[in-house]
Amino acid sequence: MEKSRSELGQIIVGVARDPLGLMGLIIVGVIVFCAIFAYWIVPYDPIAMDIKSRLQGPSAAHLLGTDQLGRDTFSRVIAGGQVALKVALPAVFGAMAIGLTLGMIAGYGPKWLDNLLMLFFDTIRSFPTVMFALAVVALIGPSLQTVVFVVMATSIPTYGRVARTQTLTLRNSEFILAERSMGASMTRILGVHMLPNIIGVLAVLAAMDIPTVIALEAGLSFLGLGVKPPTPSWGALLKDGYSLIRQTPWLVVGGGLPIILATLGFTFLGESLRDVVDPKLRKQR
Amino acid sequence: MLNFATRRFGLSLLILFVAVTVMFLMIRAVPGDPVQIMLGPRATPELQAQLTAALGLDQPIWKQLLIFYGNLLQGDLGTDVFSGRAVTDIVFQQLPYTLELIFASILWSATLGIGLGAYAAAHPNTLIDRIAAAISVSFVAAPAFVVALLALLVFAVHLQWFPAIGAGDGFLDRLDHLVLPAFAIGLSWVGYIARLVRASMLEVMGESHVRTARAFGIAERRVVMVYALRIAILPVVTVIGVGMGFLLSSAVFAEIVFARPGLGKLVIDSITTRNYPIVMGSVLISTALFVVSTALADLINALLDPRARTAH
Repeated sequence: MEKSRSELGQIIVGVARDPLGLMGLIIVGVIVFCAIFAYWIVPYDPIAMDIKSRLQGPSAAHLLGTDQLGRDTFSRVIAGGQVALKVALPAVFGAMAIGLTLGMIAGYGPKWLDNLLMLFFDTIRSFPTVMFALAVVALIGPSLQTVVFVVMATSIPTYGRVARTQTLTLRNSEFILAERSMGASMTRILGVHMLPNIIGVLAVLAAMDIPTVIALEAGLSFLGLGVKPPTPSWGALLKDGYSLIRQTPWLVVGGGLPIILATLGFTFLGESLRDVVDPKLRKQR
Repeated sequence: MLNFATRRFGLSLLILFVAVTVMFLMIRAVPGDPVQIMLGPRATPELQAQLTAALGLDQPIWKQLLIFYGNLLQGDLGTDVFSGRAVTDIVFQQLPYTLELIFASILWSATLGIGLGAYAAAHPNTLIDRIAAAISVSFVAAPAFVVALLALLVFAVHLQWFPAIGAGDGFLDRLDHLVLPAFAIGLSWVGYIARLVRASMLEVMGESHVRTARAFGIAERRVVMVYALRIAILPVVTVIGVGMGFLLSSAVFAEIVFARPGLGKLVIDSITTRNYPIVMGSVLISTALFVVSTALADLINALLDPRARTAH
């Protein structure tokens, strides 16, 4: 346990030494901080309407103005970060856990199971993401859970394939053969010996996947097919801003900039993590 | 080569078959009577029974699946609930707008990306290389629909340089309407392709055939443009083929933001009116498009690089 902690420390130091990585660390840190303490940061209730002060421009009272219902845009931007992470984190971790399990089974199990799982992965990947999302939303209706489900379903194959490749290369290495010849069970081999060697690569993938997920959530909410109003999602802000683009340009700016910042932050962090954890990955992407 | 092509297309067909079946079962697995959802609460029982029979929903599921495949092989994806027109007609009427948009996006972003990447690789670690690297990382992160919205705000609403709505009539007008959406979709690809080309260029520049070309005294510009770039461009083909799904997804958003006709607009409108046959038809056709383009990219890659033929 102590060893892994110092390894984690080394990774963080390595990321912080890289200028882009440091920038990513700071941006992500600010977003996470705002999301956790959103309740104390927001000057107004993000869903409280105040018709009297609707469609105002930026001012000292309302830093980013107000929307058509008089809700404070700045408060909604801060609270929107919470929604974005609430979708992104469970979806990414869920997809990673399932993809990891299936991928290791595919790599270690019998050939027919491998073929079956690969066909499953290829099939999911054959749907264009947004089209798949739209089909699912059309069928089971829009909600936060739907978005999480869609994101998980579409990103399982990515993790599964990487986990499978890693398992395949490790499978015939000496320490696994030794373990197997001593009669270790499959769960022990996979869980105790393979997992620590695969998880790092997958964690990097997960960090690089978060921007895609945040963008997808915002995109679906922008189309009115993601989280339901009045939940303050960045995408919902853009939706309001789009219909009022001639009157209130600050709504589009207020909804768009955090998305760009968040994707930028997580991308910087992910790329820097990748270079520190496993420089070989750089060529595969 | 022929062997590889057969295998690759066989796999694509298998994937499409599974995808279509999954989709079909998904529709049937949804709780609630699709007929009731389509017709709304005020429909008479006779009307419901009529539509149920017309859609074949009174048959057992395996028979429904067989009928569905039978129709599919004849190019029949069902009929529109409201107008009674064939789904394929409606989808293929909208598809050209989407393809036009995707093609325009790829054209400008690949041209610029390859140029930037090749220049950066030929002059590594210069100021321009650094700027190109910074730009590519930043642009890769920008989601197409956010870029589309900001572009709409700045260039269409505020500066009024380009039209904000529709696809236009006549060649020049259509081109004018393509600029902003194609810009929004292509932007993240410029950086991505530039990085890709730069990396593979640097690799190719170290290979022996380039060294030989240099040893023959061929001008550096010609070495870069003809001998190195031709091979370094290969990964771009694969990436565009595999990125087709991504491009289609971006096109959906661009079509909504700029109120352009196309597949994305069709699907969104059909979801709001609960026109399921159209939604499913569009998703199926776009999936087929994606699967075929991935296979084609693999094929082109195998044609140009024999090593790819044996890899899984």
